[in-house]
Amino acid sequence: MSMENALPISHRQRLWLYALGGLVMLFLIAPSLIIVIMSFSGSSLLEFPPQEWSLRWYESYFGSLEWRDATVVSVKVAVMTAIVATLLGTAAAYAINARTLRLTGSINALLTASLIIPVILIGIGTFFLYARIGLNNTLTGLVIAHTVQALPLVVLTVLSGLRSYDMNQEMVARSLGAGRFSAFFQVTMPQIRFSIVSGALFAFITSFDEVVVSLFISGGETTTLTRRMFNALRDQIDPTIAAISTCLIVLSIVLLSAAQLFGRGR
Amino acid sequence: MSIASASLNHAGRPDHALNGDALNADARREARGMLALLSPGLFLVFAVIIVPIGWLFWLSLFDENGQLSAANYARFFEQASYIKTFVTTFRVAFTVTGACVLLGYPLAYMLSQLPRRAASICLIFVILPFWTSVLVRTYAWLVILQRKGLVNTWLMDLGVIGQPLPLANNFAGVVIGMTHIMLPFLVLPLYASMKTIDVDCLRASMNLGASPAATFRQIFFPLSLPGLASGLVIVFVLCLGFFVTPALMGGGKVIMWAMRMEQTTSLYSNWGAGAALGVVLLAVTLALLGLFHWLLGTRATGVWSQR
Amino acid sequence: MLLSLAQSALPIGISGIEKRFGAVSILSDLSLDVVAGEFLTLLGPSGSGKTTLLMILAGFVRANAGSIKVGGEEIITMPPHKRNIGMVFQNYALFPHMNVFHNIAFPLKQRRVSAAETAGRVERALDLVQLNGLGERRVDQLSGGQRQRVALARAIVFEPRIVLMDEPLSALDKSLREHMQIELRNLHRRLGMTTVYVTHDQREAITMSDRIAVMNAGRIEQIDQPEVLYARPRTKFVAGFIGESSFVPVESRNGSVWYEDRKLRMTTAAPSAGRHLMVVRPEKLRLVADADEAGGVNLLPATVGDVIYQGDSFVCYATLKDGRQVTLRDYCRSDVLAKLPAPGEPITLGIDAQDVVLVADQ
Repeated sequence: MSMENALPISHRQRLWLYALGGLVMLFLIAPSLIIVIMSFSGSSLLEFPPQEWSLRWYESYFGSLEWRDATVVSVKVAVMTAIVATLLGTAAAYAINARTLRLTGSINALLTASLIIPVILIGIGTFFLYARIGLNNTLTGLVIAHTVQALPLVVLTVLSGLRSYDMNQEMVARSLGAGRFSAFFQVTMPQIRFSIVSGALFAFITSFDEVVVSLFISGGETTTLTRRMFNALRDQIDPTIAAISTCLIVLSIVLLSAAQLFGRGR
Repeated sequence: MSIASASLNHAGRPDHALNGDALNADARREARGMLALLSPGLFLVFAVIIVPIGWLFWLSLFDENGQLSAANYARFFEQASYIKTFVTTFRVAFTVTGACVLLGYPLAYMLSQLPRRAASICLIFVILPFWTSVLVRTYAWLVILQRKGLVNTWLMDLGVIGQPLPLANNFAGVVIGMTHIMLPFLVLPLYASMKTIDVDCLRASMNLGASPAATFRQIFFPLSLPGLASGLVIVFVLCLGFFVTPALMGGGKVIMWAMRMEQTTSLYSNWGAGAALGVVLLAVTLALLGLFHWLLGTRATGVWSQR
Repeated sequence: MLLSLAQSALPIGISGIEKRFGAVSILSDLSLDVVAGEFLTLLGPSGSGKTTLLMILAGFVRANAGSIKVGGEEIITMPPHKRNIGMVFQNYALFPHMNVFHNIAFPLKQRRVSAAETAGRVERALDLVQLNGLGERRVDQLSGGQRQRVALARAIVFEPRIVLMDEPLSALDKSLREHMQIELRNLHRRLGMTTVYVTHDQREAITMSDRIAVMNAGRIEQIDQPEVLYARPRTKFVAGFIGESSFVPVESRNGSVWYEDRKLRMTTAAPSAGRHLMVVRPEKLRLVADADEAGGVNLLPATVGDVIYQGDSFVCYATLKDGRQVTLRDYCRSDVLAKLPAPGEPITLGIDAQDVVLVADQ
């Protein structure tokens, strides 16, 4: 055992703990694994392990116009959400970190409110509001609603980046002749870019995986992938969804690895 | 830069406040700049969250005839179906939170005791599900638990059971699915707080003659309680307003709070009643988080900032 | 020669600075004049407001009131990047994503200096801090001392009117710190830039400064040359903060000063009537063997408490008649060692008339 937690307890005495922890880890990861494996099944029966292998469910996913349209909508919304949320969130995090304003705590609480307010309430409220201003079933409406939900993640990620960054560097840059904006872009941003990119990736996943609000405010031509999946699941268990789920899992893994990789770059 | 005039004695300002006005103006200019950075985000949150919720609150105060009344709220105590929804919601929330503690504490403890590298690898098992779509995970549990699902098929093939067990489309299914979704919300803050426990405290305890078990009971466990409490509160609060899993795995039999809100508004278009449900849900949520904040002096929402 | 700041060195006139954080007053009505080209140190314990004052000079903290004039020009509301003030931070704040060259070239880039001239000036700045040829190094490849030099080069390469330094040597180990003190001092003598230096290390302040402003609780207690500050502290705080001191209560009446029933011999005029404290430095005290030989010396009878041998010197803790503790330090010459008193022994301590310094008894 390494020095950091070198207590005089042997691994053998801890076996039961490792066994228990291992089981819980299995509980956490098994469902995703099973879905990934079953998505390659050749049969329409949900059997595990599959008797025969095929890519038919992927063909069914990519071959269906409806699924494809929904995916395109989700990707569009997620990309735009990531861009908007990153811009607004980074600006807000910078202002919060500067502590110039009084009420910084309240501002922080307000910006991160969507983390604790029940999503169903946001969904119903947004639908109600959008019905009045004609934003239901529009991309703009989706991007706005998703941005509000992704904003806290960007703010918190960038804020933690700023807090581990030495603000003296920006001050020194300013004393050396760079204006505030110039100092931010030349000195601060290159050093917190990992947090900003991570924040953008988290915003993308948040939007792409968002279900509840999309259920209320998306539809018709702007039906998101998750809304279509939700409706499909209500009717029957279509193995095509296993293929879509696998794609979503892979997407999460890729984005998380990217965020990790960027995070380690420092 | 000529600001000499600013040092003149303006009304109400003492003589010695040299350049006081210019400095105040400068401070206001900087504050305005910062506010400009904040305002787009604040505006969106205000427009999409605060305004609609305020509007719904306003709506909830009127009955079907547009009369100011408490009918929308009185209904919660009078109609059996509402009472049943609340009872179900709290039963699910308590069960899921309990299950999360039973599964999550040992896992977090193990993670905190592992060497750094091993811990960061094991942490992937917590973080990956955390960032996998709730829909995907619910679908997975449907596949595993339904009547002709994996568990039943295996058990029947093995001859353990003759009839499929009712695992999905009921209370058990909802609890299993939600436990899987909530577990990371408990493990992450708990693990983070366990990592901050000073190993020297544990060494000192053993040096003073306490056995490893006694050290765990008397030193480690009490020190891990704030982290546990924070995870507990966040899981419980999220359970109260949870929608996707019960909607898909409850089989129409397990009606939770959020589903009730969806039905009331979408199916019956009774905005007043739905809004009242939302207002009470928000009040309960904020009250629980506020109570936690008051008792422990920290916010329970830290989980999102630590990955 | 480029990088000659002597001609352009400007005086700083600081007056009436007020700084409050909420209800807490950090600086109150602080005024200070820095002479063009001098090396002035702000010395004080942590929380005395010295760093806040430096940050106000640099423009990173906004005062509530006051005026800062550099060469007559008011800069109190000028943004930092227009002030033309070089600053060296405690942790150097080098930009880790730029190499040494680009760090030093940064201020020139902001001023749109041509590439050719930038190269030449960075070269000379590197030369000045003895880092020739290290321009391509990454910041994390440098030692602590080298980083310090890069930070310094970066702060002077654009020929600022003023250079501010916030405890720049505190992160270095002792021998390197002492070396850098001399080097900074020499650099200042060569370039002649007006320098305001912040430290809590009195020895560092005494070694380097033309003048020292001793700060306490948001106020300047005394501002003087190092020798004057040490020899003639004006307040109890200054006497206690710079060097070691014991305080002996004395009383001034009828134009002379009395310690118990002895009239003090001193070379300065007696202060106003009332109670005062005599500042007694350990090295100004000596053992007087024969009370009769004392001409021009004030005698203090005492009892030896403890004698600590320290190799080159010894320290003797003695108790005066009134119970006050005083400390005596002397080098271990053989004549002194021969007469070294034993604990419990009565002795007579002597302090010369010109060494008697009185401060107010707060």
